[in-house]
Amino acid sequence: MRLPAILGVLAAALVVSLGVGILVGAVAIGPGDVVAALAGGGDRATGTIVRELRLPRVIAAALVGAALAVAGVLLQGLTRNPLADPYVTGSSAGAALGAVIAIAFLGPLAGAVVPLAAFAGALAAVAVVWQLARLGGRTTVLTILLAGIVMTAFAGAAVTLLLVASDRLSLRLRAVLDVLVGAVNIGSPGELTVAAAIVVLGIALALVVGPRIDAYAFGEETAATLGVDTDRVTIVVLASAALLAGAAVALAGLVGFVGLVVPHAVRAVVGAGHRPLVAASALAGAVVLVLADAGARVALAPAELPVGVITGLIGAPFFILLLVRSRRMILV
Amino acid sequence: MTTLAAERISAGYGGRRVLVDVDVALESGALVALVGPNGAGKSTLLRCLAGLVRPSGGRVLLDGTDLASLDRGAIARRIAVVPQTFDTLFPFTVREIVSLGRTARLGLLAIPRGADVAAVDRAIDDLDLRDLAPRRVDELSGGERQRAVLAMALAQDGDALLLDEPTAHLDPAHQRATLILIRRLARERRLAALAVLHDLNLAAALCDRIVVMSDGRVAADGAPSGVLDPSTVAAVFGPGLDVATRDGTPYVLPSPPR
Repeated sequence: MRLPAILGVLAAALVVSLGVGILVGAVAIGPGDVVAALAGGGDRATGTIVRELRLPRVIAAALVGAALAVAGVLLQGLTRNPLADPYVTGSSAGAALGAVIAIAFLGPLAGAVVPLAAFAGALAAVAVVWQLARLGGRTTVLTILLAGIVMTAFAGAAVTLLLVASDRLSLRLRAVLDVLVGAVNIGSPGELTVAAAIVVLGIALALVVGPRIDAYAFGEETAATLGVDTDRVTIVVLASAALLAGAAVALAGLVGFVGLVVPHAVRAVVGAGHRPLVAASALAGAVVLVLADAGARVALAPAELPVGVITGLIGAPFFILLLVRSRRMILV
Repeated sequence: MTTLAAERISAGYGGRRVLVDVDVALESGALVALVGPNGAGKSTLLRCLAGLVRPSGGRVLLDGTDLASLDRGAIARRIAVVPQTFDTLFPFTVREIVSLGRTARLGLLAIPRGADVAAVDRAIDDLDLRDLAPRRVDELSGGERQRAVLAMALAQDGDALLLDEPTAHLDPAHQRATLILIRRLARERRLAALAVLHDLNLAAALCDRIVVMSDGRVAADGAPSGVLDPSTVAAVFGPGLDVATRDGTPYVLPSPPR
């Protein structure tokens, strides 16, 4: 199938899944009422639920899925590591630490600052992991995973410290819990707007830099002999991945494995070129997370599961499968 | 006419000196073999000529311009490097790999122009890859993948071609075919070509010139018949190698134990 056709199918799937996401929930609302509410009509209660709760929720889920998938593409391409994604590399944990710090010290004022704080945390984490992974001059699957474990453990410890030590933080425990377990939760319209802008910027940067990531096919040195300014591309890629991971964590907390699984599935269909891969992964990631979030809302209804539970249960076995298949690389 | 020349260059890692006052000049149309024992500095010299390692002393000049004054893009438009390992993790097609050679000529948005497509087509044709172009490189044989990477370097449309052990993972017939191909391309495209080789016989039979390195210095440099004489081979590679000649071409053979 040609790329435009694939993107068309994925875009249609996204529209359908957004519709499903709006229909599903604690209160049953028919498709006709949803359409009326989206158009601005219908009765007031339905209108409020659709426009102010479910629509922002599915948009947030789509942004999170797109962000995680594209961040996964970026990190995998740069490190030539099929097991890299924001979660595994500890970037998400760094973002969570940044978000928790913002919530802890700004309290109810945090709102739109949370995505930016999460970005800062993700950037710091991804920079440290990159430096650690390059010890000895070359990156291997193993060093990146180890660096990610270190980063996740450190960020987790710091979050626990903040939770226990800060009285102010305990007032916002619910929001902190959302950050930690992976639940789509929109603090304020401002937060959604800021996160959306960050995700769009991150994906745009990924699309621009994509062909230069292709040049890393044979490693960083060959990328340089092909004319890539590797320092600059590394910075752009890591910063974009951090932007995307930060926005995703701000909106939905720690959602694992989407950034790992989606690029793999998409690569099998569109091939390895990073520009098509970014475009298709953004759409596919959005579909996956919108549906996973809808599933999280109906699985134990009326109770709501954090979406991270769904992606974790499905993603972890997939991760193990990849690990088994790539064991040769890890030994190298 | 292009000249890529190392002028009295020295280089090292940490405190260890790997190259000492090396002078080598490559010229358009000729394939030069770079040989020497392990650790003699062959790869480091290649990386200096590619601008990947900055010499601690001396200069590398491309038609008189110091490589140190050029950025990666400018170097890549003139000098192509064929890496020693060419495993890709991801399922790139042959055409995608060859297209990587155009990276340095793309604009910010990296949208290929007509000249880019034409250069890729020409490289694919030159290396007889037309039928393989849509195939995934990870599904090809070692020899086919070698040709794909060579085509990538040709698509750079540079003036110099540096190859790091281009025959390392090939069987003897493919080693010969690869070197004949590289020499033909060097002539046809007027490339200043240098290949790091381990096999002295391949170097003697199929290259225009041989540079022998020993302990970070150039021990000999010239036509195969003038360079691979018994005393140079014994001095550089040690005892146990006999030098024979057939039709004017020297051969180096391991002598049986006595």
